[in-house]
Amino acid sequence: MTTSTTAAGRPRSGRTLSRWLLAAAVLLLTAIVLLPVAIIAFTAFKPTAEINAFPPTLMPTGWTLANFTRIFTDLPFGRLFLNSFLFAGGVTLFALAFDSLAAYALARLDFRGNRFILVAIVASLMIPFQATLIPVYQLVAQLGWVNTFAGLIIPRAADAFGIFFLRQFFVSLPRDLDNAARIDGASEFRVFRSIILPNAVPALLTLAIFTFVNNWNDLLWPLVFTTTPDMGTITSGLTLLTGPGGIIPYGTMMAGSLIAVLPLAVMFLIMQRRFIESVATTGLK
Amino acid sequence: MTATTRERAPYRAPAPLGGRPLRRRGLAAKAFLFMLPALVILVAFVFWPMASALRLSFTNASGFGIEEWVGLSNYARIFTDQRILATLGNTALYTVLFTPTALVAALALALLLNNRLLIARGFFRTALFLPFVVSLAVAAFAWTYLLDPQVGLLTYWLRALGIQIGNVLQDPVLAMPTVVAVAIWKSFGFYMVIFIAGLQEIPESLYEAATIDGAGPWRRFTHVTLPQLSNTLAFVVIFAMIAALQAFDQIYVMTGGGPYRSTQSVVMELYQEGFKKLDLGMASALSYVLLAATLILSLIQFRFFGRREKDTL
Repeated sequence: MTTSTTAAGRPRSGRTLSRWLLAAAVLLLTAIVLLPVAIIAFTAFKPTAEINAFPPTLMPTGWTLANFTRIFTDLPFGRLFLNSFLFAGGVTLFALAFDSLAAYALARLDFRGNRFILVAIVASLMIPFQATLIPVYQLVAQLGWVNTFAGLIIPRAADAFGIFFLRQFFVSLPRDLDNAARIDGASEFRVFRSIILPNAVPALLTLAIFTFVNNWNDLLWPLVFTTTPDMGTITSGLTLLTGPGGIIPYGTMMAGSLIAVLPLAVMFLIMQRRFIESVATTGLK
Repeated sequence: MTATTRERAPYRAPAPLGGRPLRRRGLAAKAFLFMLPALVILVAFVFWPMASALRLSFTNASGFGIEEWVGLSNYARIFTDQRILATLGNTALYTVLFTPTALVAALALALLLNNRLLIARGFFRTALFLPFVVSLAVAAFAWTYLLDPQVGLLTYWLRALGIQIGNVLQDPVLAMPTVVAVAIWKSFGFYMVIFIAGLQEIPESLYEAATIDGAGPWRRFTHVTLPQLSNTLAFVVIFAMIAALQAFDQIYVMTGGGPYRSTQSVVMELYQEGFKKLDLGMASALSYVLLAATLILSLIQFRFFGRREKDTL
């Protein structure tokens, strides 16, 4: 990119035309890709009669908030939203704390067995959570944690990916900083808290976003660990709208979907640079 | 820790760049304290359940106390019972449909977005990545509405173009490609971003040299881009395949595994055997089949990336 002597440098008239054609083509593709997002946003504000009318339309002609009021009567929607927030937020907080502590020990403390534990953690990266779901459920049930936040959050309070990801980041931080602090008499915990953590904010933020989004969006986990409608999350709660057979209430479903997507979409748009760049690096590691 | 050990630390041989941490006394206990919370969670909710699932897979456990050792019969049933064997076939079909399509779509868009002639590349990148933050369940709701045989907008538009798709979610042949399409819609942006990053790593000089040698756009793609991108490609292929093995959310929402079990994936079956029929033995055996498939793919990936990981591990 430093040697930018090619096409982009001096656009001529032929170049200008192809530029516009390219932009138009990509714009069309983007519009097609975003159609489902648009249909959620527009349908949420459509009156039921318009939703079931033929021919179908994209934009509503008469805007209404009826779907939003109905979602709160058809489902304990406020509660579901709170549950989603506490579940995803709780998992994120715990995982960040526990993962970073473990990652610090693995990155900075050369104790006996360091490598063994690291290898075990990397190996467990390969285990999909679906593979351990049955015994984990049995354990959670024995603890009396079904339908509780403890059951939703604690099994995910630490995870191998987070530990490995943070460990790799901590290793890349220069050692001089924490050695200097140790010479000054700082305890390991103090080194961790006031040297490593402040320098690892980008990695911590990336992990926080990933953990929050994954848990907010997860369906199987809340489906398994909650059985009452009151303890479900938005994602699992909305699936209750599609009862077996019968007409699907698209209006309420799209209103609920819009509310489910909104916090993540806003978070993503605010932090999109970091978000996208952190994804980009996963393939280059 | 005493003052002497602290003072001794600086006299140790300085750690080489990115080298081993300093070894000091009492470190194991300290390290153990740091790792304790995470290790308790991982042992209780990952490692122990792994062993437990293996044991359960050799029993007919139902969760109600009665539990007999049945040897390999759960595994034997997976590979002989046509109903369950078909779920392996469905997941294989899902993986075969998902991986190449998602990959080609992601790579094509990455190439378009990496073209410096394109204006507003940042905007397009963000817009195309947006589906990734939408949950598969919500994506499934939107697509169900778009594909509704009566009031679906997409059904209507396609009919205007002369394409009758009918009720795709009730069609034993079309239901599977449809749930795959939803997964592709959600995740191509993720792979696209990885590809863009990979493309930007390719030195411009390679393209200049190829152009001087008279290579056209297609030859530059096949002789420069693809070989230079091979590591990224390998990573994305394996990553996509592992994700495909775990297909569940949009299937649960859109088809419930139907029609005629044509979209019943391994994880759908695992969920129903374990949590609806309470056949914990069978569900655990299925989870080990899933694990075996994932492990094989992961090991292939480790072989690919082992050389590069070694210096950081």
